[in-house]
Amino acid sequence: MTHRIVILGGGTGGTLTANRLRRRYTPEEAQIVVVDQDDRHVYQPGLLFVPFGLTHTEDIVRPRGRQLKDGITYRQSPIDFVDIEQNQVFLSDGSTLPYDLLVIATGATLVPEETEGLTGPGWMEKVFTFYTPEGSAALEAALATFDGGRVVVNVVDMPIKCPVAPLEFCFLADWYFTERKIRDKVQLTYVTPLDNAFTKPVAAQQLAGMLAEKHIELVTEFNTGEVDGVEGKLVSYDGREVPFDLAVVIPAHGGAAYVGRSEGLGDELNFIPTDRRTLQSHARPNVFVIGDAAAVPTSKAGSVTHFEGDVLVENIVHFLAGEELEPVFDGHANCFIETGFHKALLIDFNYETEPLTGHFPSTVGLPLLKESRLNHLGKLMFQWFYWHTLLPGRDIPGVGSAMPSSGKTPVSASSPTEHTS
Amino acid sequence: MTTTTVTTPAGVTSVELTDDGFFVDPSVWTEDMVPELAAREGIATVTDGHWQVVRFMRSEFLTKGTGPSVRALGKTSGVSVKELYELFPKGPAKIAARIAGIPKPKGCI
Repeated sequence: MTHRIVILGGGTGGTLTANRLRRRYTPEEAQIVVVDQDDRHVYQPGLLFVPFGLTHTEDIVRPRGRQLKDGITYRQSPIDFVDIEQNQVFLSDGSTLPYDLLVIATGATLVPEETEGLTGPGWMEKVFTFYTPEGSAALEAALATFDGGRVVVNVVDMPIKCPVAPLEFCFLADWYFTERKIRDKVQLTYVTPLDNAFTKPVAAQQLAGMLAEKHIELVTEFNTGEVDGVEGKLVSYDGREVPFDLAVVIPAHGGAAYVGRSEGLGDELNFIPTDRRTLQSHARPNVFVIGDAAAVPTSKAGSVTHFEGDVLVENIVHFLAGEELEPVFDGHANCFIETGFHKALLIDFNYETEPLTGHFPSTVGLPLLKESRLNHLGKLMFQWFYWHTLLPGRDIPGVGSAMPSSGKTPVSASSPTEHTS
Repeated sequence: MTTTTVTTPAGVTSVELTDDGFFVDPSVWTEDMVPELAAREGIATVTDGHWQVVRFMRSEFLTKGTGPSVRALGKTSGVSVKELYELFPKGPAKIAARIAGIPKPKGCI
């Protein structure tokens, strides 16, 4: 019998899952179909660098179908909905795809329209986001002619993709305006709904310290209710205001819209409730989830998706063979944090362990939670690994799926391990 | 951690709170504690709107193990985010969680 495997989403998670599965099964054993609504696979970590002229959108976008191995069918169509009772995907072009096993890899979507005024007057004129190729390119043009004033970086609500990226934007903006010799004319402010610079206590303290060192003002517990692009101000639900001449806003995120149209599949934000250890959905045993689409308590980040890939494919193989799943995904995340001036930090953490100091992947390796040029080079090199190793579904030498703990310095037991807000 | 006492018509109950004011043990909470817990958060009169949100938070916690975020609350409780802030000006998710005797809602990471 040939298993019919349908993978929704041709981004990081969908592509690496398809390629890994193609290697595990012959075409007689499994038919693999990947669905996406467009043919633009964006290397999303690159979006951060576009506004500062350090890369260009055409250098970080490639066709989706070309990242898939031979023997994988690529279908380009928006998804209407999934019928989990009938095991069928309904595409917007009117056709249906029946499946034995479904993988949801449709990621997170920006929902700027949920915030009053955000996409109103001033949007893409003095209110921008760098979370889309169009937004980051428009912001590059706006920054190039910016000659002083108040720049505000605002996270509207959690969760967001790559939760360190807005902080990296602040650090790079500090460097960028310094290079342009107008740093003294620019007031930089980071406005977050969290009660500190970041979610995890040890890293949050370190990052808050770096904001202060770089003279970037930190405004916390700010729940943005309105963005006024005419007056140039953010207004919180509790009535506080932060004025700006240029706003860089990270809009609220949700899961893909079709999830909301699929009975019994997603939660109120259209993310998919998922077993955090096996990556099987709560909705149906034959539906698995990878990457940002999953409602699991770890970061929405490419590194997490990469580490999930290993566990997901093993569990799909177990499931199709009628075997028990392995509850082994540990929530491992690993993020380079660009800090400007050719340096970067590295953080490494999982469900249980917050980011700590030390070295990665073992006592000899990249410094953790500490600025270094080596980490900056690591971040730059990563794009090559992304296209050539991660998407094809090969392992990166020395970097396994589970979080390594050798090389890490434990913190005093008094600090909480899980952030809550 | 601090210990406080809550007075209800049934008597005086000793309650352990975390440093930021959330119940350590949600099972010691009873509905008749709500007026006093609300008063401590600066809410003098508990309206139907407050009750709707507090009961919703409680039932979400009991079924899902964590209270919802403000945005999720706005989408599912039947009370809009704007109204939620009118009811709980200092932050709906946090304040309503304290009054509902549940842990601090887990933020996303």
